[in-house]
Order: sequence, then C-alpha cells, then structure tokens
Amino acid sequence: MAEAVLFYLFAAGVLAGGSQVVLRRNPIYGAVSLVGCFFFLAGIYVLLSAHLIAILQVLVYAGAVMVLFVFVIMLLNLKEEELGELRFTFWKVVGLVAVLATAAVIAWRALGPAYPSTGPARDNAILLAAEGFGGVKAVGRTLYLAAVLPFELTSLLLLVAIVAAVVVAKGKI
Amino acid sequence: MVDFFHAHQAQHYLVLAALLFALGAAGVVLRRNAIIVLMSIELMLNAVNLTFLAFARFPLVANSPMQGGFSQGHAAVFFVIATAAAEAAVGLAIIIAVFRSRTSVNVDEFDSLKL
Repeated sequence: MAEAVLFYLFAAGVLAGGSQVVLRRNPIYGAVSLVGCFFFLAGIYVLLSAHLIAILQVLVYAGAVMVLFVFVIMLLNLKEEELGELRFTFWKVVGLVAVLATAAVIAWRALGPAYPSTGPARDNAILLAAEGFGGVKAVGRTLYLAAVLPFELTSLLLLVAIVAAVVVAKGKI
Repeated sequence: MVDFFHAHQAQHYLVLAALLFALGAAGVVLRRNAIIVLMSIELMLNAVNLTFLAFARFPLVANSPMQGGFSQGHAAVFFVIATAAAEAAVGLAIIIAVFRSRTSVNVDEFDSLKL
C-alpha cells in the first residue's frame, strides 16, 4: 500500500524535476530541479531496496556532481541574451520524434510478454529482499570479490579525471 | 491503483526509467546550451542506473549466472556513478576551456572541426 503511494509520488517528482531541466531556459533553475530529481530518484532506489546506492546517489550525484554544475554555471555567469531561446527547427522536431519513438519501444518491451510478472524469478526477488540485499555488506562483498579489478581501475579513472580536469580548465600550467 | 502497482512492479520501474531516458535524450537533442546538454546526459545515466536496479531487484532468472548474485547490478550502478562523476568533471572543464576562447556555451557555435 505505502510502497505504491510512495512510488507514484517519487515518480512524479522525478519526472517533474527532469522535465524542468529540459524546459527551463536558465540553467541554474535546471540544476536546482535536477538536484530535486536526484533526491526523488534516491527514494525510488530505496523502494528497490538498494540502500547503499540511494546513499551514494545523494552523496555523489546530488552532492558532489551538482555542486560542480552549479559552480560552473555561476562561474560562467551567462547574460540573458547568451542563453538563447528554445526554438524548433525541422531537425529538432525529427529528433524529438525519434526520442519519443525510442521511449515508446522501450516501454512497450518492458510492458510486453517478454517480462513475466509471476514465476520463480519473482519469488526469488522477494527472498533476496529479505536478507540484507542492497546493503553495504552485500554490495561490498560483490565489489571486493567479484568485481575487484574494475573497482581498483575506477580509482585510476578518477585520478585521470582529476588531472584531466585541471589540465583542460587551467589555461597555463 | 495499488493492486495494479503490486501486480506489475518491475514494469513500473522500467517504464519510469524509459521516460527518464527519453527526457534526457530530448534535452540532448533540443537544447543548445552545453551545460544543459551535460545535465541531460546525467539524466540518461540515472535512467540506466534505475534499469540496472530494477533488474537486480526483479530478475528474469531464478539464480544469477554470475558470481556475486544479483548484487552485480548494484556494482554496475556503482561504476556508472563513478564514471558519471569523472565525466561531469572533465566535461565541465572542457566547457570552461571552450568558453574562454569563444565566450559562448552554445553547442551550435562549436564547429571548428567542420569541413
């Protein structure tokens, strides 16, 4: 009961926040609504019993990444005439139709007979949710046992990103 | 509405992910502001994360063929989040560097590689 109500509430928040990103002319409004969208999405993750990922979503996405976005928007300090208006050209309409068709195909596949709503997979899913699924311990075991090489490579990726960001953004080293 | 949700839980999450991905893709296609394009890419990455988590919670097979069970989906989301953070840092650095030489963030004006 509560799960269904919360899902529809969070889903409405996610879609409202996400649509503001696309529709708002000023990027600062888009960035703030994107933060709200990420918070609602963290709620959706909790409903999927992905507790660790929900915390990471708030810390990394709503915290670190969006601070970076807001910082850059403030730094560039775009004037009103530099923002540009949302105008529709022929190719944009074509692109929008392609996007809507893609979403429709994905949604149709998700709703179609390919995905059984009952059966062994579903019982197993309920079982999984009971024993600490998605917590720090379960995900940590997977990360350090089954995916330890990608996990270590991620640290290298972040180091490369730090160095690259400094080299690219700084004019003269 | 409550019964409908409980009968088709996985589909709800997957359709929400499809809609979120469509929003992000529409942002990339329609908007010309490079910062908003980057934010739309973040939206699409989050839609993919939601799909990973939905399939980890409601798997199609009874037993996971991989070591680590269905937590593998959560591990994949962890890597996507790390990659998205790196992508945002480098992407915004590129925007700052381009803004310095062009005084613009309009992606239509970034055409010096065009023949």
